[in-house]
Amino acid sequence: MDMFLDILVAVLLVLGCLMSLIAGIGLLTFPDLLTRMHAATKPQVLGFLLIFAGLAIHLRSWLIVPALIVAWAMQLLTAPVSAHMIGRSGYRTKHAKKETLFSDELHQVLDEVSAAPATGPIPVAKPSRAERRQGAPGEAD
Amino acid sequence: MPTKDLSPRDQRIDDALDTSGVRHRATLKQEWPLLLLLVFVWAAMWQDFSAGNLLFGAIIALFVVTLFPLPPVVLSGRINIWYCIKLFIWFLGQVIAASVHVAWLAIARGKNTHSAVIAVPLRTNSDLIVMTVGHVLTLIPGSFVLDVDRSSSTLYLHYIDIENVQQMEKAREGIRQIERRLIMAIGSHDEYEAIKSECLPLKGKKAVK
Repeated sequence: MDMFLDILVAVLLVLGCLMSLIAGIGLLTFPDLLTRMHAATKPQVLGFLLIFAGLAIHLRSWLIVPALIVAWAMQLLTAPVSAHMIGRSGYRTKHAKKETLFSDELHQVLDEVSAAPATGPIPVAKPSRAERRQGAPGEAD
Repeated sequence: MPTKDLSPRDQRIDDALDTSGVRHRATLKQEWPLLLLLVFVWAAMWQDFSAGNLLFGAIIALFVVTLFPLPPVVLSGRINIWYCIKLFIWFLGQVIAASVHVAWLAIARGKNTHSAVIAVPLRTNSDLIVMTVGHVLTLIPGSFVLDVDRSSSTLYLHYIDIENVQQMEKAREGIRQIERRLIMAIGSHDEYEAIKSECLPLKGKKAVK
């Protein structure tokens, strides 16, 4: 039985590490930041789960299981947030290769939004220094 | 807690227009799931679920939420454990599929991977559902959230491995299926009824095909 469990642990750990390796390969081979974010968020979530499952069996203690669940849940909660933040800023800068996209439905919306007048306090156009110099005598009259 | 009784959509517009800087504080009734979670994390970290440790954890949790108040998370007040379990099992299966998919793309396609940015209008009004859909779809095949339009519950996603219009429509339908599953599990009564009645004609269509 122990032997069987040890083999199971080994398989789980190796598979988990393989998932992290695949994430690394993805970071190297994908064309731009946005596709790389897929490699960074997906395989390692499964990799973590496999490694944690392996650990839980290896340590043979029920008390470690809640701690591992918390660690995995934190991973589930934070990975999408970081992917969103990096992707959002990456899309708005040069790091997204737009030519690899088949279609882009956000682009149109962003253009509309930036063309619309801003809400909130509208900045007052300040006259340039040259205009002020010309305008000053006129005001005195 | 907001005194005005607003629908979720009005609440969002109210929030967006509110420039007073005053933060609505969550009441104890709204916050108990968070408190339970904090106590669980505390006990899990100590690996000690004895009564004394739980009590001390509860005191620390109360201290933390008073010291660092968060805006209230509006829960729907409905939860269906059966759909939650189904959702979780389905989710685990999809996570495995996603990993294999990305692994295959990384090794076989590499630089020639094509993707798309698609807009998915969701049917729900609830911030919680929009957030959970965003989380789930980031962890399962193909997509992550680039941007969110809160006022219309529209998600803008980056979807990997898309090369034609059919795949785009399939992707959009997939996301709306995730939303359906989540509403079945934790959506409010109204949304649950709406989703249920929406499914009936869809099933009929499949039977006709």
